[in-house]
Amino acid sequence: MSPSVRLQEMIRVIRGARTQGEERGVIQRECAAIRAQFRQADNGTRSHNLAKLLYVHMLGYPAHFGQMECVRLIASPRYNEKRVGYLGAMMLLDEKQDASLLITNSIKNDLSHSSQYVQSLALCTLACMGSAEMCRDLAPEIDRLLRASNSYIKKKAALCAVHMVRKVPELGELFTPAARSLLSEKNHGVLHGAVVLITELCERNPDTLEQFRKAVPELVLMMKGLVMSGYSPEHNVAGISDPFLQVRILRLLRILGRNNDTASDAMNDLLAQVATNTDSSKTAGSAVLYETVLTVMDIKSESGLRVLAVNILGRFLLNNDRNIRYISMTSLQKIVQTDHNAVQRHRGTIVDCLKDQDASVKRRALELSLALVSAVNIRSLMKELLLFLSSCPPELRAHTTSGIFNAAERYAPSQRWHIDTILHVLTTAGGDVRDETVPNLIQLITTATELHCYTVHKLYRALITDISVQSLVQVACWCIGEYGDLLLRGECEETEPVQVTEDDVLDALETVLQSHMSSPATRGFALTATMKLSTRITHNVDRIRSIVSIYGSCIDVELQQRAVEYNALFKKYDHMRAAVLERMPVIDKSSPGHTNGESAGGTIKELEPTKLTQEIVFPQEPSNQVCDLLDLLGGSGEPFQPSPSLSSTAPGPASSTAGGDLLDLLGGLDVTPAPPSVTVYEKNGVTLKLQTDTQTDTGMTVTLTATNSTDGDITGLTLQAAVPKSVQLQMKAPSGDVIPAHGLGQVTQTVLLNNPNKVSLKIRVRVCYTSQSSVCQDTVQIDSFPSTAW
Amino acid sequence: MMHFLLLFSRQGKLRLQKWFTPIPEREKKKIVRDMTTMVLGRKPRSCNFLHWKDLKIVYKKYASLYFCCGLDAEENELLALEVLHRYVELLDKYFGNVCELDIIFNFEKAYFILDEFLLGGEVQETSKQVVSRSIEASDMLQEAEIDNSDYDLELGWP
Repeated sequence: MSPSVRLQEMIRVIRGARTQGEERGVIQRECAAIRAQFRQADNGTRSHNLAKLLYVHMLGYPAHFGQMECVRLIASPRYNEKRVGYLGAMMLLDEKQDASLLITNSIKNDLSHSSQYVQSLALCTLACMGSAEMCRDLAPEIDRLLRASNSYIKKKAALCAVHMVRKVPELGELFTPAARSLLSEKNHGVLHGAVVLITELCERNPDTLEQFRKAVPELVLMMKGLVMSGYSPEHNVAGISDPFLQVRILRLLRILGRNNDTASDAMNDLLAQVATNTDSSKTAGSAVLYETVLTVMDIKSESGLRVLAVNILGRFLLNNDRNIRYISMTSLQKIVQTDHNAVQRHRGTIVDCLKDQDASVKRRALELSLALVSAVNIRSLMKELLLFLSSCPPELRAHTTSGIFNAAERYAPSQRWHIDTILHVLTTAGGDVRDETVPNLIQLITTATELHCYTVHKLYRALITDISVQSLVQVACWCIGEYGDLLLRGECEETEPVQVTEDDVLDALETVLQSHMSSPATRGFALTATMKLSTRITHNVDRIRSIVSIYGSCIDVELQQRAVEYNALFKKYDHMRAAVLERMPVIDKSSPGHTNGESAGGTIKELEPTKLTQEIVFPQEPSNQVCDLLDLLGGSGEPFQPSPSLSSTAPGPASSTAGGDLLDLLGGLDVTPAPPSVTVYEKNGVTLKLQTDTQTDTGMTVTLTATNSTDGDITGLTLQAAVPKSVQLQMKAPSGDVIPAHGLGQVTQTVLLNNPNKVSLKIRVRVCYTSQSSVCQDTVQIDSFPSTAW
Repeated sequence: MMHFLLLFSRQGKLRLQKWFTPIPEREKKKIVRDMTTMVLGRKPRSCNFLHWKDLKIVYKKYASLYFCCGLDAEENELLALEVLHRYVELLDKYFGNVCELDIIFNFEKAYFILDEFLLGGEVQETSKQVVSRSIEASDMLQEAEIDNSDYDLELGWP
């Protein structure tokens, strides 16, 4: 009876077990028998017992008691015992086990065995689980085998050397000479091993890389031979001669040609030849073409070759085989930044792949589409992306929404389009958007002043349809609160107006307030919006008053606080209510109220910007703070943190009076031409002059005056300043942000400086303005000041 | 290089596992669980490539067996498919119309064939015939030894 039947018998019995418990029982019995057998002397069945144990191990049961048996079997002189012993070593022992050291000696002996099959076992095991110590120990043996043995052993020795170099990189030097000579072998197995070894050596050591660059012509010839050779039965795979070797050679050429013009030139023709002659109807050919494309894109190839490579990828995109489409998109993703135009040509196909069934392909297509968005194709591409969003798998939604928002922000052709796009995303996938979407959208809406009516209509319609998407509901509430009067007016240019009454609008807000779907934040938005409407509607103020007073006893503390404050606004401060709830100014993107999680949340924050547009005397500062600024003297290239100025926000006449009032309030800051002034900036007809006036020992007033000698007005003027760290800076509101043409007017802005440490004073001023519809921005550094204070 | 090669059935039973990097036993079990869950969860006409941690996973279904390998990020996935296919061809040649049962009952032979085709996670021989011939020769050596079980085999074959 053939010995291994016992193993097969055991397997049959185990498989026959009907339950897990039964299987466990069988295996326990077998293992007990095996353990008993191991303890006995050699009776010729050791290898079969170990084989049984290995089977049990594969089923997931513990088999560590077989480790020593492996060691013993490896030391046996019998081939079949060695075979199973080495197999066991590879399965049960790894370099972390102590027992693995015990086989080092056996391996060493077997490496010099007269039978190549025994040598092969040793080499295989060493390459599979050899520890660093074992590698160091046996490296000279491997080197010897690399030079003087038959091709069967040489190819295995080469890969064993690869393993050793991975474990102990210093051994690379030992193997380099042998590796070089292996390139002249004819045997494909040896050549393959040699190329893998050389690749490993070059990747780890730049000097070795230099050395092997000289081998490029030889490799090119080798590759040519493979490509142009006729049918070779031994190595042919689907019409390609030895694709495994071809791919490895191409990979090595890639490493050698990287960042090196000479080497890249030498392989140019070959790559073109491979790219054109390789038949890609089967996977083997596609694998070779794929590697060729990767190589072309990575080395310093000429542009014609690069275009050829991108076209191959484009062809892959149309391939029926899903794997090849996936591969092509991964590669296109890598090169979309560097060869953007070439990839753009295949945009249509890429967008079609968004509709593919396979999730991996979809993901790749999405990433590529987002990378291909540009100002030119934004409209059409966004249509496709929005279509994709409505049917995309849930795991991709968050990524898609953030990608869409980024693209919209960078390339929006118009504000209306931008707002529409964001609203569309919120309606389709509002639950998967980032938290900052709500404040971002609100900021966008405030800047699009002509579209307020349109926006509030759209949002109202969305609100009455569905109140489950929190982000959308929050924005809608905010808009209705702000622009409710536009809604009630019943007319709108951009879209069909709604005919609503005040009650309808209040109903909508109340539904949000009372719905259990609304989050606490959303209810806060709704309450504030209701309150704001009290100044924008005429008839139902009492209703609002009653809503607000009800929420004065709400369990939610935030809502309760708001309601109580609003109540107070109705009762004690009714004279201030209109001013407090006035229309908000355009929110600047960098202002503090904007970057909070809730943009318009909190009564306090809302009040602050509006305070400035009133004539009321509040003892307060504009929201500019005294900032700590970066060290100018260090000359670092970081963007400095300017003190924000209010020039972009306040509507015309109010601001100049406000500015004037503030200056008056703080007293004694006469902006007279008497102190000497210096021109610090003169460009595009805009002149900026600087005057200083020393007030105290450490304090100084600097006045910046801007004039305009061009034919057109300069608008949107902002000045920002930065000073060294120890100096304190306070910027006052500018007199305005429009400089009339022809020098008919000027804009002034005062800056207060305090220099307690009396450091050498420098100031950096950034000027931004719009002249003849183009935005200009410049920075000037002023190192010396007209007054010699210090 | 290839980090591991796994063969498992439609029910998730492991039929062969080859590891080319040293990994603790517990880790190995976890990887096997992850691979089986991921691969068995794929829809029938999906792409054969996956990402898992920093490895590329390439898998192919042959009859009732899934062949799954984990590769370094710079490996060529299409070539990996060819590698898996070549292994199946070698098994087929050896067993003659190989099926899952052959691999179950002769698992050690499946390993021996694998060890003649891959070494240290790389392809060692690109010719099908050479690999088949080596296996046959090794088997003959084993048979001869069993027949001549009276004395040990010291001298080798060229």
